Amino acid sequence: MVGWIAPQLRDEFPGLALHYLVLDRGSGRSPREVKQRLRSLSDRFTGGEAINLRHRPIPWAYRVFYRHIGLDPDHTRTPVEQLALERMKHGTFRSQSLLDDALTIAVIESGVALRAFDADRVAGGLGLRGSAPGEGLEGRPGELPGGTLVVADEARPIALLFGATGSGRGVRPRTRRTILTATQVKGVPDIAVDEALWLAADVMGTGG
Amino acid sequence: MPELLQQSEPTGSRSTAPPGAGIPPATAGRARVSDDTERLARDDLRRQIGALERELGELFATAFPRRGIEFGVPAAGGPRVLGIADLESVRDALATRLQKARVELSRRADVELGNRELLESMIAQPDRYRWVRISNEDIGEPGCRHWHSRPRWGLLGMILRWWRVKLSSGCP
Repeated sequence: MVGWIAPQLRDEFPGLALHYLVLDRGSGRSPREVKQRLRSLSDRFTGGEAINLRHRPIPWAYRVFYRHIGLDPDHTRTPVEQLALERMKHGTFRSQSLLDDALTIAVIESGVALRAFDADRVAGGLGLRGSAPGEGLEGRPGELPGGTLVVADEARPIALLFGATGSGRGVRPRTRRTILTATQVKGVPDIAVDEALWLAADVMGTGG
Repeated sequence: MPELLQQSEPTGSRSTAPPGAGIPPATAGRARVSDDTERLARDDLRRQIGALERELGELFATAFPRRGIEFGVPAAGGPRVLGIADLESVRDALATRLQKARVELSRRADVELGNRELLESMIAQPDRYRWVRISNEDIGEPGCRHWHSRPRWGLLGMILRWWRVKLSSGCP
């Protein structure tokens, strides 16, 4: 599914899109084959790959978009760079849960920014917009500065764009349905977004 | 939203409205021209930021494994739609950072070239460069090897001027 984009954002950022799909399952422990896949990905992802990440078109596109929206990609890391940094720090992609592992595999393989929400805590379709005056993000004190870019459902913001997730909107151990979202920016081809979502859903599917 | 409403309304009402009613007042026209101009300016600044970010990324990869070169560019604060002034400050900060990083990299490349020449001379005539030690980092290469000009057989070599360059085995 393709989420809605507020008209002002569509005009300002052609190519910005939110794709998502709903899975009828939550997270859980990763099975052995997923852990094995993560290990093999760790072996393939070397220091050289990490250094040259900025050269690759998709990670570069996200870095540029971060600059366009006032984020510093060396401080608020793009998802793929954050994972690459953790890989370099720990020497491996550490297995955490089925969902985290699925996102790690899909993000590293595709470079596309993915995240997940609890589908039962989302009202209607998802989209991207600027926050309205007086709006806040659950679990975060105070109001959001007006025009803060957020991922929102039809009722409220559920996360900052490339930032914190609203409290209770993320995937928890009790979650039974998951929404996987991919944020597409200019320079990221549709096929990469499809591949990323398909990969993550496929890995989630191996969880039994 | 108001912009969209303003743009779409006249097309439907033009046939029934009296002559001149569909023409927006001059001030509204000027405002729209100004909006369009600003949007074009923002687009252009975004393109420039993209190009600078690409160059900075290339320089970052070229600079590896040299450490201590600053590549960070402070954020304007977000996530939000940046105005022209913010985009200009991001672009200027990127351009400044790129320039500084290039200068620093070029300075280091000169030093490394000098060290490479020194290393060649040292290997050719070790006794002229006694106790000189050059590491991979000094010549801009990854790894922890180093070349060390030292006497063969310790004190005896020092007295008899039997110097040689010893290459370390690498990282521990």
